[in-house]
Amino acid sequence: MGNMKLTLKVWRQNGANDNGRMETYPVNDVSEDMSFLEMLDVLNDQLVRDGKDPIAFDHDCREGICGMCSLFINGEAHGPGRGITTCQLHMRKFKDGDTIHVEPWRSAAFPVIKDLATNRGAFDRIQAAGGFVSVNTSGNLVDGNAVPIPKDDADKAFDAATCIGCGACVATCPNGSAMLFTAAKVSQLSLLPQGKPERKRRALAMVEQMDKEGFGNCSNTGACEVECPKGISLEHIARLNREYLAATVTKE
Amino acid sequence: MSKLDSKIPPGPIDKKWTDHKGHIRIVAPANKRRIDIIVVGTGLAGGAAAASLAEMGYNVKAFCFQDSARRAHSIAAQGGINAAKNYQNDGDSTYRLFYDTVKGGDYRAREANVYRLAEVSANIIDQCVAQGVPFARDYGGLLDNRSFGGVQVSRTFYARGQTGQQLLLGAYSALMRQVGKGAVQMFDRHEMLDVVIVDGKARGIIARNLITGEIERHGAHAVLLCTGGYGNVFFLSTNAMGSNVTAAWKAHKRGAFFGNPCYTQIHPTCIPVSGTHQSKLTLMSESLRNDGRIWVPKKLEDAQAIREGRKKGRDIPEADRDYYLERRYPAFGNLVPRDVASRAAKERCDAGFGVNKTGEAVYLDFSAAFERYGKQQANILKLENPSKEKIIELGKAIVSEKYGNLFDMYENIVGENPYDHAMKIYPAVHYTMGGLWVDYNLQTTVPGLFALGEANFSDHGANRLGASALMQGLADGYFVIPYTVGDYLADDIRTGPIKTNTPEFDAAEKEVTGRINHFLNNKGTKPVDDFHRRLGKVMWDKCGMARNAQGLQEAIAEIRLIREEFYRDVRVPGKANEFNQELEKAGRVADFLELGELMCIDALHRNESCGGHFREEYAETDGPQQGEAKRDDANFAYVAAWEWTGDAGKANLHKEPLTFEEVKLTQRSYK
Repeated sequence: MGNMKLTLKVWRQNGANDNGRMETYPVNDVSEDMSFLEMLDVLNDQLVRDGKDPIAFDHDCREGICGMCSLFINGEAHGPGRGITTCQLHMRKFKDGDTIHVEPWRSAAFPVIKDLATNRGAFDRIQAAGGFVSVNTSGNLVDGNAVPIPKDDADKAFDAATCIGCGACVATCPNGSAMLFTAAKVSQLSLLPQGKPERKRRALAMVEQMDKEGFGNCSNTGACEVECPKGISLEHIARLNREYLAATVTKE
Repeated sequence: MSKLDSKIPPGPIDKKWTDHKGHIRIVAPANKRRIDIIVVGTGLAGGAAAASLAEMGYNVKAFCFQDSARRAHSIAAQGGINAAKNYQNDGDSTYRLFYDTVKGGDYRAREANVYRLAEVSANIIDQCVAQGVPFARDYGGLLDNRSFGGVQVSRTFYARGQTGQQLLLGAYSALMRQVGKGAVQMFDRHEMLDVVIVDGKARGIIARNLITGEIERHGAHAVLLCTGGYGNVFFLSTNAMGSNVTAAWKAHKRGAFFGNPCYTQIHPTCIPVSGTHQSKLTLMSESLRNDGRIWVPKKLEDAQAIREGRKKGRDIPEADRDYYLERRYPAFGNLVPRDVASRAAKERCDAGFGVNKTGEAVYLDFSAAFERYGKQQANILKLENPSKEKIIELGKAIVSEKYGNLFDMYENIVGENPYDHAMKIYPAVHYTMGGLWVDYNLQTTVPGLFALGEANFSDHGANRLGASALMQGLADGYFVIPYTVGDYLADDIRTGPIKTNTPEFDAAEKEVTGRINHFLNNKGTKPVDDFHRRLGKVMWDKCGMARNAQGLQEAIAEIRLIREEFYRDVRVPGKANEFNQELEKAGRVADFLELGELMCIDALHRNESCGGHFREEYAETDGPQQGEAKRDDANFAYVAAWEWTGDAGKANLHKEPLTFEEVKLTQRSYK
């Protein structure tokens, strides 16, 4: 095993109605090759053996793509390091003797379920409001190459589409805004010919749902772009604003 | 005595699906509104099925254990999706995709299913483009392709190294559109813990709300399991932490036969294990084998020096490197199928040529690609006499554009820059070809219970080709089940809603709560993961890349002991009526502990080597194919479908003979 000794200060909250508190745990035998979540596995293993309640946290693919893991680590969404999720954070980023603060995403729109796990259902509801192209399954669609798409547009749409819906943007934003998340989907679909016919309806509906969910306003601090594990650019928020404005002024 | 009827339609292979669709029964639009369908799992198969069935007018309830349907593990597929579009004009066709898949599966797949898969593959691309999936395109604006293992054409469509993500988000957006309309009721953070059988038909499920712990009953006229594979039986695999066999295994225990459980795909290019803390393994996409060359040192002393840190890979001169795949398989080189590449890596490492501390790693080296692309780029930029460094720099930029996210991922995990040092890779469990036995309509041996995608056994035989899992998931969900489920449901238009206050639901719920209470009241001493790790080690050592009769017999005995100890000594903290992740794991590991034994039994009974199932006793002993897998078509050209009889060690074997009318059975050669 490894030779790092750490002190963890972890947010514990037994359900949505509990007030919650920080608790302190020593963790020994941490190897620098461990991922951050593997370090939490080691701690939980010990807690279970000691008859204590293990720390609840969300995680699944552990390779940075499912978007299930979260965690505010030492005041940063997904911890130190850029372009990674918490599951891709490795202990070599820390030093022997460090004290590490671990908290859940904090946003009115993401209520805590337990400890570090939160409910991000609001994102699904924003998506359901308009984050799609209205096309049914059909074996008789036009050929995929019938409409050429300029490579630049396809690449830009792809960049927006890499959003993993983790919520780091919301957790990082001083206003708790979900603009980057919403903008990524609006932007992807408005850049592609398939998404253009319903772009106005989409922008209005997704923004309306976003507001309904209790997310804050965007004040262009740019914090979201910095912490986004997929590097989704603020440029997409600018595009969403243009889409939304165009949709509003031409609304019938 | 066999109950297996594959229901393969008659007629020539290229007409079967069209004729079948034209003749099976359908449900009229007004009647679809009276029918409820449960879809468990929201990956490519489940997401596509739930969306498509809701579009058609059925009432759909979709379930996933993740906090959002968008997180199903299909999202992690990197490389691409195959389709017989022949956009590259390189001789591809439906028949060639079909042929490659049957051959790649080592002649252990059902021809009719594979042909249908190849046939609908082109529609999948059109569907995804229409949904706004941003596939890679060339400068003319048309869709780009690349090559994958085991084929000699370029038919793989991709979205950088995140194809699964983009396809899943496409299916998810279609699903959320139906959720928004109220046509799909979405139950996330819900886990299916049993299927309920009424009068011999699947009529619903028991699910646990993972937030509140509440046990819920859900009735429906048909249940679709789209719950993925069971690679996590090995503890370490490329699967997500939550991927599990529970839904499929509960179905198995309620009468659904399990097909070919021993067929496991070990992917050749994964990041090697670094220590005992390891919780999962990360894949490096097969697409990297388009440009990366795999090698180990020729000399044992070089390998030893590398393991001891006295030398680096780049210190080994070209003449002292053994590009063993290019040497052994000149026709396919680094792009041999996964099973072949994995075994070849194991062979070199077992012989002492491994290149990391544990001796279980080989190099995946891009230096030749840096040089090749760099020279091309220098020509394009019209640089005269560029220096070697300039060429490499230009080449690295091109490689970064193609595979940048994979290189970054590697560096994060390993802590070494793969642009400067060749990647170290080793095989890891990735996919399971086995799964619930289904007929041509994707129906299991339980009427009304269907299995789609990786959860079924049907299309990949004993080895799956790269970029075919995404194809199968979407084919089953978008283009197969919407037709075939109608044939079954045509009898249910007057049934009315399925009641859940019946003795059958009572009994199933009681069993579920009984299992939960056992774990919570057990007061043992060891956490769930302890048992899971031990099971995984037995499976990897004795039912992994190479198997033999003695090892498998030992494994069966060891698994029984672990299972017995698990029930006696596992400690699950917390309560039933709360968010309890240890409790979730306990239920999943309990099922893996039974499945593992069945996998070994299946591997032991199959006295041949085929695809991912390599029995050391059955290898070619001489000739040009020496050391390669030796099939036994006379005795084993069948699907092994196992029936649960109440004890994990006493499953009944049923055989579905495989008949090959189109493809001639030959030794699979990639030389």
